Amino acid sequence: MDYSFSPLGDQAIVIEVGTAINEYTQKEILAISSFLEANSPQWMTEYIPAFTTISVVYNPLLINFDDVKKELAALLKGASEITPSLPRTVEIPVCYGGDYGPDLEFVAQHNGLNTEEVIAIHTGTSYTVHMIGFAPGFPYLGGMSEKIAAPRRQSPRVSIPERSVGIAGNQTGVYPISTPGGWQLIGRTPTRLFLPEKEIPSLLRAGDNIVFRRITAEEYQTLEEKENADHT
Amino acid sequence: MLTIHKSGMQTTVQDFGRTGFQKYGVVASGAMDPYALRIANLLVGNEENAAALEITLMGPSIHFDEDHVISICGGNLTPQLDSKVVGCWRAIPVAKGQTLTFGKPRSGSRCYVAVAGGIDVPAVMGSRSTYARAELGGYEGRALDSGDQLAIGEASAAQKSAAHNGSWFVPSPSYSPNPVIRITKGRQFELFSEQSRKHFLSETFSVNSQSDRMGYRLDGPRLALTEAQEMISEAVVFGSIQVPADGNPIILMADRQTAGGYPKIAEVITVDLPLISQLKPGDRLRFKEVSVEEAQHLLKLQEKKINSLKQAIKYKRGEAR
Repeated sequence: MDYSFSPLGDQAIVIEVGTAINEYTQKEILAISSFLEANSPQWMTEYIPAFTTISVVYNPLLINFDDVKKELAALLKGASEITPSLPRTVEIPVCYGGDYGPDLEFVAQHNGLNTEEVIAIHTGTSYTVHMIGFAPGFPYLGGMSEKIAAPRRQSPRVSIPERSVGIAGNQTGVYPISTPGGWQLIGRTPTRLFLPEKEIPSLLRAGDNIVFRRITAEEYQTLEEKENADHT
Repeated sequence: MLTIHKSGMQTTVQDFGRTGFQKYGVVASGAMDPYALRIANLLVGNEENAAALEITLMGPSIHFDEDHVISICGGNLTPQLDSKVVGCWRAIPVAKGQTLTFGKPRSGSRCYVAVAGGIDVPAVMGSRSTYARAELGGYEGRALDSGDQLAIGEASAAQKSAAHNGSWFVPSPSYSPNPVIRITKGRQFELFSEQSRKHFLSETFSVNSQSDRMGYRLDGPRLALTEAQEMISEAVVFGSIQVPADGNPIILMADRQTAGGYPKIAEVITVDLPLISQLKPGDRLRFKEVSVEEAQHLLKLQEKKINSLKQAIKYKRGEAR
């Protein structure tokens, strides 16, 4: 496989695997990630996978850009033989509407649907985690139906409660931590996505499949209490 | 131990930041001016990566509950011990009961107070750096407030016996309020219009007041792409200069997100990052292009200089031989 390499400042290099978001590119990126995880060169500080690229941060006191390029090109010949592990499927329980999802009604009206239909569409598909970024543990998800797409809010909320599930354009996502944001909020999950106390601090990883399961407010309470008890 | 009496504008615990977790979206954080932090730690005999206090523009008031050895490196925010001005870039013995305060910022905008033994807060994901937005690391995941008490790590025997009479110091870098910042071309440099590329490398930009540990917003000529493009999000680094649709560049700093979807016109070279971190709103800067090779060469030269400084500091502290 031929990749293109370009500098990202004087301490990082971008490996461009493809130019469009698709399943093939994603598989390649997962394979390279697994390879770098298992065969970290000494000069590598860390790697950051994205939709179509992987960036490798390195120590320029140990190696210069041209040699990083050469070494990576040689190393990655081995990567294409790696079969990434089978994707995991993670279920995210969501309590839709009400205080947890104040914009569910808006999303429904915007698409000429009722709220039940929006929930059915949102829970009726499996989503792929393309990358983790933007916020700790935040998954960029692919696979949402255009039937429930909705524009961002005119004025962003100053603070979105952590674990809110939202829609922006034709993307859906879950906010792991409380942040300002303009997404339309349709529900909230009791499941923590950012786990700073764990060795792997993110519940989700690139390549995972996720499904949303509808729960009642009572179930939400029970699950949230359980999460809190496990956490402390 | 030390106690914060007044919080100042923004005082946080920082080390070199979190590495290895950006793939999980965890922001790196760490000192805005890693050079100053490094020297501050060397001066008191700490590990280079020990946690120290990062102080911003209006400094806090810090009460020492025990005898300590400290150093203050970075911008000159007029530090004073019991109202008497003390020098930066040197080791300073402080006695139990003394108070460190700050006055007018004379140069730069940030300084680091290192204490022999290091600020003792729990490491989270391998770092003691504060990332307030996710309430991560540092002291309870937030900027310090009055009444907070910070534990100091046990100083080693060598640290305790080291000589410091405050008479010798390390030269301060010059933190100009109108520096020329060296950059390497960004991945999307060529997508910008010819005029925008020319403006970027020749015109003066000023630091907007909406600048913080996450990013420095710049005002100046608007920068535009030759044609609007939908970008696919990818990794960004400390010093990436991204340009949102409004055409005003943002330099991404220590608390930047791990990835971004705006075109990047350039990356600030590592040795010049402290010059950005020390700018204040209203300061002005220009950009100059260098090659990646040159940027890496400059970093190696700086490392050599730091290594000889290290030897000199050890000798002065009586640790040599």
